[in-house]
This record gives sequence, C-alpha cells and structure tokens, in this order.
Amino acid sequence: MSRTPFGGRIDRSRTLGFTFDGVTYTGHPGDTLASALLANGVHLMGRSFKYHRPRGVLGSGVEEPNALFGVTRGPGRFEPNQRATCVPLVDGLVVESQNRWPSLAHDAGALNDLGAAFIPAGFYYKTFMWPPRAWHRLYEPRIRAMAGLGRPTSDSDPDRYAQCWAHAEVLIIGAGPAGLAAALAAAAGGGRVMLCDQDEEMGGALLAATDETIDGQPAADWLAAALATLAAAPNVRLLPRTTAIAYGLHNLVTLAERRTDHLAAAEAHGARERQWQVRARRVVIATGAIERPLVFPNNDRPGIMLASAAQAYAARWGVRVGARAVVALDHDSGYRAAAALADAGVAVAAIVDSRAAASPALVAEAEGRGIEVIAGQAPADTRGRMRVTSLGIAPVDGDRVGPPTRWIDCDAVAMAGGWTPSLHLFSQSRGKPVWDEARGCFIPSRSVQAETSVGACAGHFDLAACLRDGWAAGGGSGAAPRAQPRADAGTSVARRHVEGTRRRAWVDFQNDVTAKDLRLALREGFRSVEHIKRYTTTGMATDQGRTSNVNALAIAAQQLGVGIPEVGLTTFRAPFTPATFGGFAAYARGALFDPVRRTPMHDDAVAAGAVFEDVGQWKRARYFPRGAEDMDAAVARECTAVRTAAGLFDASTLGKIVVAGPDAAAFLDFLYTNPMLKLGVGRCRYGVILRDDGFIYDDGIVARLAADVFHVTTTTGGAARVLDHMEDFRQTELPGMRVWLTSITEQFAVAVVAGPRARDILAPLVEGLDLATAAFPHLSVADCTVARLPARLFRISFSGELGYEVNVPASHGRALWAALLAAGTGHGLTPYGTEAMHVLRAEKGFVIVGQDTDGTVTPDDAGLGWAVGKAKADFVGKRALLRPAMLEPDRKQLVGLIPVDGTTLAEEGAQLVDAAAPTRALGHVSSSYRSAAAGHPIALALLRGGRARIGGTVEVAGLDTAANTPMRIVAPMFYDPDGGRMSG
Amino acid sequence: MLLIDCPHCGPRAEIEFRHAGEAHLVRPGGSDESADWGAYLYARDNIRGRATERWRHVHGCGQFFNAVRDTVSDAFECTYPAGESRRTGADIA
Repeated sequence: MSRTPFGGRIDRSRTLGFTFDGVTYTGHPGDTLASALLANGVHLMGRSFKYHRPRGVLGSGVEEPNALFGVTRGPGRFEPNQRATCVPLVDGLVVESQNRWPSLAHDAGALNDLGAAFIPAGFYYKTFMWPPRAWHRLYEPRIRAMAGLGRPTSDSDPDRYAQCWAHAEVLIIGAGPAGLAAALAAAAGGGRVMLCDQDEEMGGALLAATDETIDGQPAADWLAAALATLAAAPNVRLLPRTTAIAYGLHNLVTLAERRTDHLAAAEAHGARERQWQVRARRVVIATGAIERPLVFPNNDRPGIMLASAAQAYAARWGVRVGARAVVALDHDSGYRAAAALADAGVAVAAIVDSRAAASPALVAEAEGRGIEVIAGQAPADTRGRMRVTSLGIAPVDGDRVGPPTRWIDCDAVAMAGGWTPSLHLFSQSRGKPVWDEARGCFIPSRSVQAETSVGACAGHFDLAACLRDGWAAGGGSGAAPRAQPRADAGTSVARRHVEGTRRRAWVDFQNDVTAKDLRLALREGFRSVEHIKRYTTTGMATDQGRTSNVNALAIAAQQLGVGIPEVGLTTFRAPFTPATFGGFAAYARGALFDPVRRTPMHDDAVAAGAVFEDVGQWKRARYFPRGAEDMDAAVARECTAVRTAAGLFDASTLGKIVVAGPDAAAFLDFLYTNPMLKLGVGRCRYGVILRDDGFIYDDGIVARLAADVFHVTTTTGGAARVLDHMEDFRQTELPGMRVWLTSITEQFAVAVVAGPRARDILAPLVEGLDLATAAFPHLSVADCTVARLPARLFRISFSGELGYEVNVPASHGRALWAALLAAGTGHGLTPYGTEAMHVLRAEKGFVIVGQDTDGTVTPDDAGLGWAVGKAKADFVGKRALLRPAMLEPDRKQLVGLIPVDGTTLAEEGAQLVDAAAPTRALGHVSSSYRSAAAGHPIALALLRGGRARIGGTVEVAGLDTAANTPMRIVAPMFYDPDGGRMSG
Repeated sequence: MLLIDCPHCGPRAEIEFRHAGEAHLVRPGGSDESADWGAYLYARDNIRGRATERWRHVHGCGQFFNAVRDTVSDAFECTYPAGESRRTGADIA
C-alpha cells in the first residue's frame, strides 16, 4: 500500500470498492480514481495514442493527458476517455483501460513504438499517397480503425440533464485562495454572488497546502471557515463540481454542474448535470495555473509526474507516489513539493535544479531535511518499462544537456517546470494574452468585457498576492486575508533538449508528440504556430495542450531563433474541458427535440390510417391508404374521388391572420400586388405578396369580412414570416396607419369540401346561408353555422373543383370533421391528403410558393402577372418589377411539361436541357406527378424563355448515365382550362 | 449570447430577438423612377465598427427598433425605437 498512515482529506472511516480491468481495489470517500489507483500501487494506467507507450498519471486535475479510462456507472452509463484525476471514486465503480490489446500490460500496439522512426509527425501525409484509390479502400479505414482512444457506447443515455438561467452581480470562477478572497469580499458587498469550482471540493491549491497559514490559521482551517461564511451568506450561491466551460458575449458564462457522478447509484436522484447560463455584471476569473512538465528523453514513463500532482497526492489524498522520488525542477515551487513528499514519508533521493544559482534559503531548507540538491544539472534520460526505475542527469550547458553522467535510482520523478496560467476563459472573453518574460508565462492583458483575472491565472503564484488580488477584485474594503509572502522564482520555460537520434522527449503526452516531431515540422518549413500545431497535432488532444502548449512554443522559438511572443499562441476555444452532449441537449430530446404541431383533426386522420408527412413542425396527412394500397394507388383514388364526387381535406395548417382597423384595406393594398381597396365585403381574392426586391414571398386568400376587417391566409410554412413581414411594414414604413395584425392560425380548424358533390354534402348542414352560386358565388366568404357549429365559410378552390373551406373554432374541429364525413356518406366523400392536394392543384397549374418558386421568381415568371395591380401607385415590390433584369424575355417562366412518350415521370428538381446543347441548364422541374385526370404524367417547370417555347420540346436531364427524357412544353394547365368546374 | 436592451422591455437575451438588417435605409416611393432602387435593395455598408442596425424583439413585445453596435467588439452603444432619427456620437454621449 502506498497510503500514508494518516493525513489528507479523505474519509478513512469508510471504504469504497471498485474494479479496474476486472481487478478489485479499495479507496475512500474523497479519493479520485487516480488517487485510489496510486494508493493501491497502480501506476500503469494507460497506453499512449500513437506509440502505445505505457503511461501513468501525469497530473492531478483537469490537465491529465495520460490516465484516460472507460468508466461505467451502471447500465447504459458507460463513458470513454474519462480522466482518472477527475473521476470521483464511488462504491462499485467499474473502469477499464483503453487503447490496448489484448491487455494493458501486454499491448500488441506497442510495436508502433519500435517502428517510431518510420511514423514521425505528418507521416500519413507523406506515406499514403499511392495508389490514389487505396486511400478510400485501404488507408483511411485502417487509420480510422487505429485512431482514437476509447470507444463510445451505442446505448441511449439513461440520465436526465437540466438547463437553467441565472443572473449575478459577481460570478467568480474558481474557489482557490484568490477566488475565495474575491467571494468573501463580494459577499460583504451585498449583491448576488455566484462562486463555482470545477473540483469535487472547493479550495483549489489550498487543498494540497502543507505549511501555509492565512490570517494566522492553518490554510485548511481558514478554508473551512471561509466556506462556512460563504455558505451562510444569503446572497451567495456556491456551485462545487461546476466547470465554467464557455465565456460568451456580454458576460454570459456557461457552467456545467455535475450533480450525481460523485454519488453511488442508489443516492443519485434528479438530473445528472445542470447547465447554467449565467449573466453576470462582473466576472472574476480565478482559474489558477497548471504546472508544466520538463521536456527530456523518455520523460513519459509511469511514475514521472508533475511535482504539484505528487504534492497533491501526498497532502490531499494521503498517497505516496513512490518510495523513492527525485524532484527535477527549474522553478522554486518544486522545493515545496519536495518538502511535502518528504513529510508524507517519501524518500526524496535528490532535487535536481537545472539553474546554476539555486536559492540558498531553499537549498538550505532541503539539505536540512537531508535531501541532496544537485544544481546546474537536468534530467537527460530515464529507465524502466512499466515504471520508472532510474533518472539519468547531466550538467546543463547553455541550452543543451548532454547524455546522462549520473543515474539516480528512483520509482517516481516529480517535474516542476514552472506554471502556465489558465487563460482559456480570459481568451474566450476576447482578451489577448501577453507574454511576461519575467514570469515566463502568458498572462492576461487588458480586459475586454467586465472581467478581472486574479491570482495564479493572472500570473500571481504567491499565496499572499493571490489573496490580495482576489480581495480587491471582489470589491473588498479593509484588510485582505494575509499570508506569508514568498518570492517564487523560476526560469520557467523548458528549453532544454538532449540531442540524439533514438531518444524522444515528449511534449504532448496525449497525442504522442515529441520535441523531434516539432523540430521536423520546423525543418520542413512550417512557421505559423497554427500550422505547426496541425501538422504535428501538438495541443490538439482532448486536454487542449494544457501541459504542452508553452513547451512546444519554447521549442519552436528556440529552433527559429526568436522569442516566444513572436511564435504566437494558438486560440483557446470552448469548452474549457470536455462537456457532455446531454448538458447541451438537456430537455431537447425525444418528443421534446422539436415541437410537433398537430391539427385539431389529427386523431381522426390517425384513426383513418393516414400516412403523415412533416411540413415545418406540422404533421400533415399525406394520403389515406386503403387495404394494401401504395401511395400512388391511394393518391390516384383520392384524386378521382375529388374530380368525380367529393373529397374532404384538413387545411387547418394554413396560416391565418386577421387584419383589422380603419386602414386595413389600404394596408393590404400596399402589401399585396393585387388591388384590395375595392374588394367587396363578403368577397375573397387570391393575393400575391412580394418582397421589395420583386420576388414572390407568399400567396393566399384575402377575404373581406367587414369594411375594416380582413381574414387573410398564408402558406403553411409562411405563416410566421408573413406576419413578420407585415409587422415590419406596419411598424416602420407605414407607422401612421391604423391597422392591427393578429395570428389566428391555431384558433381555427379548417375542413375543405371539394368536388362536384360538395354543395350537396354541405348544404344540409349549413344554416343562415344560401349556397346557390347566385347567392354565394366562387370567391365568397360569410359567417354562418355548419352542423350547428359557428363557422366562417369560404367558397374557394385549390383543386379546380367546386370547393368550400369551413373554418370553425379549433375545439370544434373533430365535431365538424365527423359531421362532414357523416353528411358525405352516400355522396362518395373521400378524405384526401396533401399528396392528392398537390396533384389536383398541379393539374390546374396553381403554384406552391417555395416549390414552384424559389425566391427568384416574379409574378410574371409564375404566370401571375394578372394578379399585379398595374394602376396602383405603390406596393411592396412594385418598383423592383420595373428593373431591366426583371423584364428580360429570357427569364425562367412557369410552363407545363408532358412526356413525349406519354408515360415517363420526370424527376422533381431535374435540370432541363436542349438536345442540341445538353450541357447548358435551362431551368428545372419544380413539380411532377402522375395525373389520373390528364391520363399521363404532368410536370410544372421553370424554363428559360419558357412561354415563347410552348409547343416545342425540351429534355429532362437524366442523372449520371440515365437517358434524357424528351418533354413537350405546354401551358401550365392540364385540366378544365376555362375554370367552369370551380366557378359553376 | 448578446444582451440587448429593448427600448420597450429593457435588457433581454439575444434569443428573444431577430436581427433585421441595416437601419435607416430610406425606401423610395414605388413610382419614383429616379431613385436608385438597386442600391436600396442590395447595397449594404457591412461596417467594421460602429454599425446602425435593426432588431425585432420577436419573442417579447414584437417591436422593431434600432441599435448602434460595434461589430468588432459587439458592444451596444445604444438602442432606440424605430422611427427616431439616426443616433450620432453626440446623441449617445
């Protein structure tokens, strides 16, 4: 066992069991998976991405690149690539290693390591060139099979996720000393304060503190008191286990709160994760800093880790990372880690300080503990396969370290390479990091949003400075919490690299990028840091280069002979750490993924066996198959019923708007191409709406109910945008008009009765209205009762037959439907769907906006020139119709097409070409159906100069090798051209 | 996500709004043969910096209004009801 006999923040009174690759281990509450494995002496935790090198844990928090596991929290709750340092230990946890076969200790993929010389950075760009066809068939599938780490589950996620919004005067991100000081100060200020921290426990670096004191108290006691104060403050919300994953515009910060992963299955209730959108007046970023590893040959063996991690395992989790450790450092903070290791009972074999002039006080303190300090030397190589067994060191000569001159036996190496402030959120807030040569790191420059970076993420690595910094940012008055000042110094950036052909020094552990790979990229001419990053993949793994970016920049700068700022920094992108899809999706899954709109008569259509189609969010009955009918058969039957008897159609989805007010007629006259001023009360008119650019925007029926009240309909898909378009003109172009717009789409159920028997079916149900053509002709509207329901009855037709549209309050829709069906018995009344409706209207040449038009079609193009009120002084789109391009005779115009062979159905969307010049597209087929009424397939098409070509032929281009289909060009009217059937 | 100060409702999140293009475009009358309709329909300044634009509080009061926004920093300098004259630097100060 590597557990210390006492100490740490774990609860030793309780023991938790877990299994790793089938072996059972134990740990304690407070452990992470990483600390528990280390406590059990397990250092081999993974295999590297490319070379399958044995790897142990490098860090102790979100920076961890190596120790990635597949974690199972119960049925369906498997997640790959979980950082062991961020997985709280719970009883019964089942974890497995990744990227190894057949086992972690014996991994066939390790052969890649022997062939490493043949697979340097970018090898796949150079290797898999020939033959070209092999890329799809051989190389890519093989590379895909080898790439990646863990495998995702294919199960649906059984957990629930929540989202919420919050507002705060101050949002503080990070509950280390700086964040806590800021929160204490802000809490006293009285505003709403939110304090979030990504760790299982709040406290940040204080959780691993050893001898620090704050305001005279041991750090741990001060932490407990501070958290108690904040928890008791009514204006403070504490959010532990909550990661600020994105910093958006105007101080909107997205937080991911993990609510149940730290609980045993039986205790886990409610949403697994809650995603917060917090709008804060001020944001205090106190996200701390992450230690950098040293770059030296074979620096990736299990047992070699960050000094801060080794310290945290000892002080926070009571775990010795080895029996005998060497601390290699070029930053003073490593001395403190060495002391913490020694206090925990780890034999510290030596401190290797690469700086020639180490701090005498620190050296004296270490030597007082009996630790040998070797100054001016640096790590040069390591030995040990599954665990480091010794560290080779050599004197530093300028930027170089030669081959090892001395080997030190050890089973752990702690690396203190200086600190990298976590600038991700500052950068996401659009702030620009700047290089600070004195501190050897990038730090935040000027704030762009209402934000303050404090503590280690602002380059203050001293506890006293962190507390002062946070207190000031929180608006604290009076004295800040005090700690012993300490001047940590460090050369900070690892520039050293031992030259040698066979030895590799790792920079990016997760993506297996070595210093050699970076030098290769530079030799091959890459200069931009963005190119170097992509060519070598350094910093592109799931850890986003937390431990590797600055080292990679330092190597590039050294090779190029420039400073680090000249090399530049790659962009930080959200999320800060990997985030669950569940948190983003939250409620929007299953039935709630997208709203579904159903008409009042939907259930009747379901009962009648309708097949539905999606039209926007609406479910519309497409056809009503009987017996074994397919769609073509059902549609042909439904069409024939409408043409010979009568059909019943649910048109409730049509957009409906009431336009009311003294200026309603003038308003509509301006919005529609048609003249509307003189539309009589009780009359309807087909109207076309253009945009100001002259192209068709929507169409529908305008019905005048009273001098100052109109009922207008829109297309199903156009309801919202037509209202928006009308509101735009009402509010901004015609603000003086007294007119009001109200959507009534969902207030009415609409049933269409169409066909030669329509009047016979409807008349017995109607009271208060004479349906005879003389009294109620085509294009009439009136209020009446239908089947004793209050109704608004339109006589209009989209089928070309005698047609009525019955509008009743939505709640009466089913009663109306049932009454009409009953009345139609004996008359052959047949429910029909949208597909038959499409065929019927196409036979009449009625366009559907959005299908036969595409935003570049004028009324004249669509054969609707008659609907344009030429005498009107102005209407939306009028002037644009006079522009020269709109008047060219060669514009695409709506025509009808009939296959020359009388049988071939044209493909909708297919291009039209001339046989003589089949490479030039002349237009396209916009609608195409089999027509029972016409006796052959019909199509509508937009054809260049189409109207002048009526009587000629054109070809529908076949896809790929399919033959073209010759079509006869005809007027877009295939049935009852004089309209006698619908107006008679 | 932007925080937009609707002149009628106060500050609200961007998801309640719909952007509605450049503001203060003057629509020439429909029979005005001399007006440059091509410019009115298609020419936009696409300013880098201080732009005047229209928004609609579509999931709120439904009103169109104007805003001055820096397209680089996304900072709103001001918002004001449709129909009011263009805000200049002096008005905003």
